[in-house]
Amino acid sequence: MSEYIIKNGNVYDPKTKVKGEVKDICIKDGKIVDKVSSKATSIDAKGKTVMAGGVEVHAHVAGPKVNEGRNFRPEDKLFSYQPAGKNTRMAGGFSIPTTFKTGYEYARMGYTTVMEAAMPPIYARHVHEEIKDTPIIDEAAFPVFGNNWFVFDYIKNNEMDNVMAYISWLLKTTKGYAIKIVNPGGSEAWGWGENCNTIHDPVPYFDITPAEIMTGLLKANEKMGLPHSIHVHTNNLGNPGNYETTLDTFKLTQGVKPNNKFGREQVLHHTHVQFHSYGGDSWGTFESKAKEIMDYVNANKNMTIDLGCVTLDETTTMTADGPFEHHLTTLNHLKWANVDVELETSSGIVPYIYDPNIKVCAIQWAIGLELALYAKDPMRTFITTDHPNAGPFTRYPRIYKWLMSDKSRQAMLKGFKHSDKVIAATNLASMDREISMYELAEMTRAGPAKALGLGNIFGGLDKGMDADVGIYDISEDKITDPEQIEKAFSSAEYVFKSGTLVVNHGEIVSNGNKRTLWVDAKIPVNKQVERDVQMKFLKYYSVNLNNYEVSDHYVPNPYVIEVDTN
Amino acid sequence: MDIIKLIPNKVPELYLESEHISPDIFAGKSNQQIGELNVHMGNQTYKLSEFFTIEGKAGATAAETKIVFAGDASKIKYIGMKMTAGEIEIQGNADMYVGAWMGGGRIVVKGNVDSFAGIAMTGGELIIDGNAKNYIGAAYRGDWRGMQGGKIIVKGDVGSDVGSNINGGTIEIGGNADVHLATHADGGKIIVKGIAKGRVGGQMVKGEIYLGGVERMMPSYKYDHEEEVELDGKKMNFKVYYGDLGERHGKRKGEIIYGKIFLASDSVKTDANKPEVKPEHKGKLTDKQIAQLKEEFKAKEPTVQEVRTYIIDTFGFDLKPMPISRLIESMKR
Repeated sequence: MSEYIIKNGNVYDPKTKVKGEVKDICIKDGKIVDKVSSKATSIDAKGKTVMAGGVEVHAHVAGPKVNEGRNFRPEDKLFSYQPAGKNTRMAGGFSIPTTFKTGYEYARMGYTTVMEAAMPPIYARHVHEEIKDTPIIDEAAFPVFGNNWFVFDYIKNNEMDNVMAYISWLLKTTKGYAIKIVNPGGSEAWGWGENCNTIHDPVPYFDITPAEIMTGLLKANEKMGLPHSIHVHTNNLGNPGNYETTLDTFKLTQGVKPNNKFGREQVLHHTHVQFHSYGGDSWGTFESKAKEIMDYVNANKNMTIDLGCVTLDETTTMTADGPFEHHLTTLNHLKWANVDVELETSSGIVPYIYDPNIKVCAIQWAIGLELALYAKDPMRTFITTDHPNAGPFTRYPRIYKWLMSDKSRQAMLKGFKHSDKVIAATNLASMDREISMYELAEMTRAGPAKALGLGNIFGGLDKGMDADVGIYDISEDKITDPEQIEKAFSSAEYVFKSGTLVVNHGEIVSNGNKRTLWVDAKIPVNKQVERDVQMKFLKYYSVNLNNYEVSDHYVPNPYVIEVDTN
Repeated sequence: MDIIKLIPNKVPELYLESEHISPDIFAGKSNQQIGELNVHMGNQTYKLSEFFTIEGKAGATAAETKIVFAGDASKIKYIGMKMTAGEIEIQGNADMYVGAWMGGGRIVVKGNVDSFAGIAMTGGELIIDGNAKNYIGAAYRGDWRGMQGGKIIVKGDVGSDVGSNINGGTIEIGGNADVHLATHADGGKIIVKGIAKGRVGGQMVKGEIYLGGVERMMPSYKYDHEEEVELDGKKMNFKVYYGDLGERHGKRKGEIIYGKIFLASDSVKTDANKPEVKPEHKGKLTDKQIAQLKEEFKAKEPTVQEVRTYIIDTFGFDLKPMPISRLIESMKR
């Protein structure tokens, strides 16, 4: 394989604690190395920013609901198609881009690892088919466990061994990566036309509470020592006053210590916290509770969050939180799709316009940024938009701009139609913190990689790590206009993925060597679980067990993370 | 205003997709540059000059440019797409998407147009002297934002789904309209001087539709009152219907806002004005009539439907299928 040397760049790497020093980065055989031979291709990065490849911790980029979004929103693709190029296929779409565009756009921004945040196990094949069709980036998918009948039964009867055996079986069967929990119990309750609005509302029929579900899965996760912690989207998303539910959820981690061999330090990752940090008791009194939320996060080292920043675009919301999507369509009266996924979860899709002229949308925008600005530890606070729910991932550079420049934030705040009301309901106007380039690298590279248990492979530039590198035409001390930040991060000068040059001056030059990560937890299926699985498939599932498993040919280039159970 | 003339010099083998024929794009360009603009046919790209002779000149700005299409454009799509100012005159027919997404200016078509003319239009004027096909002033597929402003005038007839998802602007139709007029309307105004076929205003929550007549009214509309309205400077009486009652409706100042259908009071061809006539199910055939039936169908055994139709047409009443079936049995004996 070829060798590269990236010369004289300003390197930001939290992994090796390099804070903008001028340094050479050497790449050989797909890995970062100390030195290369004289034959190495030299890339001049003088006055440019060099970072590890970005790691996306939470996005909806592949699978049945993403594809249904594409199907039912032809208007999202209108005028957006780019014809095929030398190394690219035809690609289009805005909030729900085609798989190809997803790969190209992430790569152009310098992202090389992406997590698909919600995989319904029964549709895991579809998820992996789309992942296979997404070029360049390494991907993994989180199967959803929070509304699963097996999990309900085992946790209710306090059969932890069975919970772990089932988790291990399902991760292997669906080639999944981590335990995702979406509106625990609530999506199942929706099958009865109900919801769980606090973590203590019992699920109909099963008579188990969301708190019990999350605690059970959390304990199982730590006992198994999986690379990632449980990945939670708690109950009561999107409702005024829901921050109390969120804090209740956070408190479930109290006293729990991480147990794993992957360098992960948290026991719970809470995703798109912006949607869970609302105060007030109606849309009229709607306000930010970002401070209360972040006070808790700052004080408790055993959890991580990602933001879910609203980018004020027209987008498509999609989540496994079925009842929420139904609630949303009654608010905005736009078209709507919902489905109940057998024994496992539910799902819904509604287009949504985050209009800066609407007070609530502008407050949501402010909350997302506040969360990041209140964060004392950027290694535990990651930038996301919960793509495409709060905005498309292609807007990340714009979020960097808002976080790194107080000027651009204040200009936005002043430009809103209900500027005074928005300022009164949020704290953003009084915050002048500006995120540094180093902190940005923590929030988008080292932090998420560490939380995913991949801190020794991705998100850093240490010797022996995967050679995922992004080089941006920007220098931290020479930024005069905030727009430069957005421009530079939208289109990286060079991007390396596992040592292959994939982006050269914004052009895709190679489709890389895309891999699919999955976790082999190595806990054998016990007799009880085996029998339960067979019985449930016989009695309830619409498919045969043989048509359920994601067989190897769906994952042609796997990267298996093996969990050592001893 | 400068006039630039496009004279077709050959008929395209397939259909030309020519989103560049618009005053906004022509303005400030030399005829040579205009000739270099792209058009697509199938999966191939051609130059505009391969299909047209270009005469005259374009103005400095869109507003000062008038494009005259001297000939037939019935195989050319997207004329005047996204235009914001200036004028286009098409002297023959045009294909789909004339004036689609247009925001201003004026397009006059002397002949007929195909579907999707003026979809998602936000301003300007689109005048069609002939007939128009389906989805005039509607929304793009999947979108909920149809025509939002401006004016479309069709002097002839229109096809189906005209003004679906309309939420602003005016569509005026001189002739008749096919089914599904103003489906999902959320505002705007549609005037049909002729007869609308049916399913008018399905799922409409707001907006106004004026009809010269309607073949069949939706059952989800209720008659409210009669009202005198001035249309084209002429005072006319209309019966006002509120609906679509199956949909959500917003409130303003405590009053519920409905979509309104104004049906001309003097309209002739309409069942809404007539008391509903149900064919009589009662009735019995006289012996003489049975004999007549036997004579009519002696050649071969008739179907129930044939006999039923014959009875309605000749004797003026209806029989249910079962008695007819029995009748046929008895005729055989």
